[in-house]
Amino acid sequence: MKAPRPAGNLAASVRAGARSALEILEEHLAAIESGDGAVHAFNLVTADQARGEARAVDRVVEAGDDPGLLAGVPVALKDNLCTRGVPTTCSSRILEGWRPPYDATVVTRLRKAGAVMVGKTNMDEFAMGSSTETSAFGATRNPHDTNRVPGGSSGGSAAAVAAGFAPLALGSDTGGSIRQPAALCGVVGMKPTYGAVSRYGLVAFASSLDQIGPFATTVADAALLFDVIGGHDARDSTSLNRPTPRALSVLEDGVAGLTVGILSEFLDGAAPDVVARTHQAAEALTRAGARVEEVSVPEVRLGLSAYYLIAPGEASSNLARYDGVRYGLRVEAEDTAAMNIATRSAGFGPEVKRRIMLGTYVLSAGYMDAYYNQALRVRTKIIEGFAAAYRTCDVLLGPTAPTTAFALGAKTDDPLTMYLSDVCTIPSNLAGHPAISVPFGAGDDGLPVGVQLLGPALSESTLFKVAAVVEAAAPALAAPSLVAGGRS
Amino acid sequence: MKPGWEMVIGLEVHCELKTATKLFCGCPNMFGDEPNTNVCPVCLGLPGSLPVLNQKAVELAMAIGTALDCEIRSSTFHRKNYFYPDQAKDYQISQYDEPINVNGHLDLPDGTQVGIERAHMEEDTGKTSHSGISGRIHGAAYSLVDYNRSGVPLVEIVSAPDMRSSAQARAYATELRAVLVASGASDGKMEEGSMRVDANVSVRRSSDDPFGTRCEIKNLNSVRSLGRAIEFEAERQIVLIESGERVVQQTRHWDEDAGRTVTLRSKEDAYDYRYFLEPDLVPLVPDAEWIGAVADTLGLMPAKRRSRLIELLEDAGGVTDAQVDQVATVVDLGLDELVIAAAAGGVASSLALTRTANEAATDADRARRLDPVSYTALLTMEAGGSLSATQAKAVLADLLVAGGGDPAAIAKAKGFEVMSEDSLTSVIADAVAAHPDEWARYCEGGEKGDKLAGFFTGLVMKATRGQANGKAVAAELHRLRA
Amino acid sequence: MDEPKRLTRAEVAHVAVLARLDLSEEELDLYTEQLAQVLDHAADVASLDLAGVAPTAHALAVTNVLRPDEPTPGVDREEVLAQAPSVEDHRFRVPRILGEAP
Ligand SMILES: [Mg+2]
Ligand SMILES: [Zn+2]
Repeated sequence: MKAPRPAGNLAASVRAGARSALEILEEHLAAIESGDGAVHAFNLVTADQARGEARAVDRVVEAGDDPGLLAGVPVALKDNLCTRGVPTTCSSRILEGWRPPYDATVVTRLRKAGAVMVGKTNMDEFAMGSSTETSAFGATRNPHDTNRVPGGSSGGSAAAVAAGFAPLALGSDTGGSIRQPAALCGVVGMKPTYGAVSRYGLVAFASSLDQIGPFATTVADAALLFDVIGGHDARDSTSLNRPTPRALSVLEDGVAGLTVGILSEFLDGAAPDVVARTHQAAEALTRAGARVEEVSVPEVRLGLSAYYLIAPGEASSNLARYDGVRYGLRVEAEDTAAMNIATRSAGFGPEVKRRIMLGTYVLSAGYMDAYYNQALRVRTKIIEGFAAAYRTCDVLLGPTAPTTAFALGAKTDDPLTMYLSDVCTIPSNLAGHPAISVPFGAGDDGLPVGVQLLGPALSESTLFKVAAVVEAAAPALAAPSLVAGGRS
Repeated sequence: MKPGWEMVIGLEVHCELKTATKLFCGCPNMFGDEPNTNVCPVCLGLPGSLPVLNQKAVELAMAIGTALDCEIRSSTFHRKNYFYPDQAKDYQISQYDEPINVNGHLDLPDGTQVGIERAHMEEDTGKTSHSGISGRIHGAAYSLVDYNRSGVPLVEIVSAPDMRSSAQARAYATELRAVLVASGASDGKMEEGSMRVDANVSVRRSSDDPFGTRCEIKNLNSVRSLGRAIEFEAERQIVLIESGERVVQQTRHWDEDAGRTVTLRSKEDAYDYRYFLEPDLVPLVPDAEWIGAVADTLGLMPAKRRSRLIELLEDAGGVTDAQVDQVATVVDLGLDELVIAAAAGGVASSLALTRTANEAATDADRARRLDPVSYTALLTMEAGGSLSATQAKAVLADLLVAGGGDPAAIAKAKGFEVMSEDSLTSVIADAVAAHPDEWARYCEGGEKGDKLAGFFTGLVMKATRGQANGKAVAAELHRLRA
Repeated sequence: MDEPKRLTRAEVAHVAVLARLDLSEEELDLYTEQLAQVLDHAADVASLDLAGVAPTAHALAVTNVLRPDEPTPGVDREEVLAQAPSVEDHRFRVPRILGEAP
């Protein structure tokens, strides 16, 4: 078994001098040019800057040097990753036009690896949402069906990879914001162990939960991108100072001897077609030599509630700095407090305000213990629940999202229903554990289904290894109609 | 203090740590630079930036804890949320319910002890300046913010409400400042804001009563203002209570020019800081080895250094109140090692103390660099009578400029020679002859008469331009009278 | 653990003050209803008896992350000030401030 790696192959051809980075870039810019009007994956395409980066990669090759593991591979960045001199908006009016004076650590690492940054992708405003509809700049659409959402909050990155605009993209995952859109768009998306990838330069939503991770069309490409961005960073106190698993090297080791637990709580609320695909993935793992058993972690049922107390609490503090003083939007007023209020009221959209309000409330005097601290205790229980499961299982399996992509506007008026789309992804964030979503055929509506593999902290190598087996067994999925040569 | 009343004072002191860089970023910790030149994404609170704790700042905080006999513990950082334009993130990273230092105390020169509840780490804010002639926030049309100070490391030292007079509060602030300087943690410059004091003041009729309602006074820029503000505030509270009103818990501002405290805000406007654990930082867990290593780098604290000198004096026969003051001065100026060295070299501790507190102290910067061997040699000459006090002072001035040298050579170059006994006797005889009335009264003795010894000594010194040995003059006067 | 009372419109208005948001009457009504829904859903968490359970603020078991006290390059002042809504005399300019810092 050889795991497919289109991005890896592109880099190999550039490093070998067989293809030029500029030529590869132009193909992708053309795809964006023709397709992104319908998808709106990007807030900004940095074509000229990307051409400069591609030419620089080509010069390195011509000089006989190695530009790195991602030589000439176009990468799309979620618009909450700071890029020096390039607008970084978090899809919010309040940051519109802001040009950071620095690069995020992951961006620096991509540059060092020879990647070419094509642009900044659309997202739910400040990563708060599950459909990329809360963006201040308009929704992103699912390349498989432009009347459907791509999922969120990293919907732009997922859609960009699904539509062939970039072979790789980065997103951030606070409660499922990489894995859920990956599932809905039919691509691979992975949330690493908390601390495995530096958060320096990722605009914070909920700091104890946020983690940057890769999008790719294949498991091997996701592993390659993870290897490039991961590792210790002295600028992030929560970055793990220990060797990170090198995911790529163990990719083809197979699953013989591993135990996979099907997480029954995740199946409970999922649609029948999604449940069916999950069982099918489990059967494939059994065939490949894994022991598969059903397992229960009852504590994960509390995850959604705990998350919607913890994440808004942290967010209300993280988003205080958007006050109109140092950067971004200012709405002038008589005095500074009034200016803060006018700026924030005009600059934040309804979902962000809702979460700031919720978070401020749960942290405020008198409610802190009943809500916020109680949620932190639940977090302990969830970690203990997972630990019990991992005493018998190497990885856990379940759906990534309860349903396939839903229609645009279907849940925008009902926050709680929208929040429920993250029910299967949130527990990994609360535990700080890695998880990966792998496309596994389609649902009854012909739209992509993703299955999720969960593991204990720093089990990325195992997750990628198991994911590669799932990928190899996945039923074919029609390519998005937006991809040249695909279904139309 | 009005009779029948007692004040209760607790102080909160913010002290800037003497690090090269800020608490959470590598920007220089520098006072007085061009605005917004020592800034980076972290201390500007730019989106995406993250704090990383400065090891030196932690060690200086531990040094303060050690110097104040605190228990040094595992600690965490919280976010204190409030909006203010000098607060780059609109929250302050500060230690809250798990501070690094707790339960210490500070010994004051008068022998009293003040409890230290906690000494925790936090970050400083930026600096606002205000438009308009007054430069004050009130009435300004707009303000300007400089973030150079944003993120400078602070330790906030919270005393127990143990002080009972403004004098004691002043002594506490002075002594704490000395400890901060001696521990190397801070330069303690109140005028530059590197040490800032807030006072909590309440009054009660008797020390058996429970504490009264307190007010917190801010903007105390000197030890003198601290004393004045406490006196004013206690008086204000007493007048309120005696007129049947109640003290309302408030934060008040000391107006130095008007000499009074004014309301800043009442308890009803209290902020809801929504403290929660800072998720961008991890716990600080110092082990005994680290704490011990920091303690080993600490020199002696002022209280210990004072007691060393007092012991020297006691061994030599006793201590006067004036000497206690001299000891405080010498230790405060960091000149106690000179006294110790001279005494170890055989000089009487009282002479070593007097010369150091009176003469060396006038040029303390140079005196701290003075070679103790030269100093000891000089005082030995003076004690032995080969230099008069005036001559010794003149030689000392030269030694201070040079940082050391041979006092005998300097004395010779200045033409200082010991007066022969014969010439001294004749000078004294001249003085006695010229002032017969005074001599008669001196001979009568008693308290009044004895005082005239100083009068004749002065005449002799004047006539010899200070070259006479004061002790020899006194002995001769005494002999003539008898 | 006692279950907290359902939140009121007045509380929502107070929270808006703390959060420096100006909400319209309609927004106040909407958020009161929606936040109450989320908090009702969170009742499963709020009502649990977890008295003996230590809170986990952070899934990461790491301590003593420190950096050396050595200067690192900052950012160019002009690059930063160029992003500011209002600047005067190399400082960030803000409208008048009504009270002293807490
Ligand atoms: Mg403080
Ligand atoms: Zn800085």
